Amino acid sequence: MADIFHGAAWLQYALGGLTIGAIYALVALGYNIIYNVTEIINFAQGEFVMLGGLFGVFYYQTCGLPLGPALLAAVATVALVGLLLERYVIRRARHATVLSMIIVTIAFSILLKGGAMLAWGKDPYRLPPFSRSGAFLWHGVAVQPQALWVLGIGAVVVGALTVFFRTSFYGKAMLACADNADAARLTGIPVRTMVLLSFGLSAAVGAVAGVSICPITLMEYDRGALLGLKGFGAAVLGGLGQFYGALVAGIVLGLAESFCAGYVSSGYKDAVALVLLMLALFFKPEGLFGSKEAAGLKRF
Amino acid sequence: MLTVKSLHAHYGNIHALKGVSLHVRSGEIVALIGANGAGKTTLVHSICGLLKPTKGSILFEDNDLTRLPPETIVRRGISLVPEGRQIFATLSVEANLEMGAFIHRKDRAGLRRDMDRLLERFPVLRQRRRQLAGTLSGGEQQMLAICRALMARPRFLLLDEPSMGLAPLIVREIFDIIQELRGEGRTILLIEQNARAALQIADRGYVLETGKIVLQGEGRELLAHREVQRAYLGKGAKPIWDA
Repeated sequence: MADIFHGAAWLQYALGGLTIGAIYALVALGYNIIYNVTEIINFAQGEFVMLGGLFGVFYYQTCGLPLGPALLAAVATVALVGLLLERYVIRRARHATVLSMIIVTIAFSILLKGGAMLAWGKDPYRLPPFSRSGAFLWHGVAVQPQALWVLGIGAVVVGALTVFFRTSFYGKAMLACADNADAARLTGIPVRTMVLLSFGLSAAVGAVAGVSICPITLMEYDRGALLGLKGFGAAVLGGLGQFYGALVAGIVLGLAESFCAGYVSSGYKDAVALVLLMLALFFKPEGLFGSKEAAGLKRF
Repeated sequence: MLTVKSLHAHYGNIHALKGVSLHVRSGEIVALIGANGAGKTTLVHSICGLLKPTKGSILFEDNDLTRLPPETIVRRGISLVPEGRQIFATLSVEANLEMGAFIHRKDRAGLRRDMDRLLERFPVLRQRRRQLAGTLSGGEQQMLAICRALMARPRFLLLDEPSMGLAPLIVREIFDIIQELRGEGRTILLIEQNARAALQIADRGYVLETGKIVLQGEGRELLAHREVQRAYLGKGAKPIWDA
């Protein structure tokens, strides 16, 4: 009897870890998209997640749209915020170094967080789960259908992005821009458009993470920073720019956190991600899946 | 085919081009030689649109190119093989070639055909077509850079220091390729510090010094010119190879 109960606890933590890990993976994907095209690490990525959730709430509750259209509208709105960030902030500073660009994104994230606080206040908000059915038992584990949604969406987004960057012409052109922007322009690739596209795409992926997690963990104005940080951890752990790496590392991070909270203390939960991030930077800075060869050819 | 008329350009605060005029006729190989800092690369960047000239004009087949962005200029049929090769190091060899044909991306079949033809001609690249371009040797990277430029189907090819940093044997190979390209009916502007090699294959040449054209003439003529010999070939220097 005790054994069965114990087993269930283990599975329950694993499921929780997978769910939150899929969210970290989505955030990490956002970093990777922009990094792949510009070599910029966009620290406003966590804010895109927060905005995704809050705009979802805005369209669903305030505007009274049905859930599906409300979520799509939220993702589209955040993608627009990403485009605006590129067009009116990053592009203005186009002669700055990559490092100053990164600092600009930190400033923009503070701006977004402050704006969200003014607009939505400090209370957490909730969205209803995507499917109406309630939690069910599976091997003694309570499964929320929303957790399955999160996992499924994570897998689909990773698959789609990998196919896009590996095989599509525009995907490869975006990688070429990151590699050598001048050479890319000389071959006729419209670099500014590609960079703009990367910010829009990345913001949309962040918003997808935000709307899918909102029914489980709620969303408030300052949730973005921590999600962003952990997503960054996952991105580095998986190897910057690697989509499968981000997926695996995000899930590893989520599982580690969930087991730590279950078996050690939930107080140390947030430290786990940071410790893993530091270990990765000390011992394998190119990440678990990053190729050392490619890392050596990159500047940053 | 290409006419540059009293072009002025600034590189930061430096007045790098002070009224440069030159022309390249269809089917010619024209060499532009000059020392470091003479303004060669500034001129190349102005023609390709990476740098906006301050005065003067650039005409290509009677169309004004001055101040157009590089994305547009490559569509007009001008490709640059840039100095230092500038291949996409983190992409595969094949992806590098595909990106060279970005402007022809709608024409998939033609793109494949062009790529096959180039890989046929450069078997080293075919062997390494799935490798990251940054792992190629210098000579292979230069070939890749040339192939990438050719994928845009240019009628006019600019080569900026194609021999830089390469072993003499590879340099010779690269210059053979350049002559073959002319044989295919492409027009070539060759920018070189290696004056001897460049002038030997060029129909005509220009000598650029501190932002001005100081000498011009036929390739052989310039090769024999006392000033050129003194400044660029080194008096009594042994030829690297005999043409």
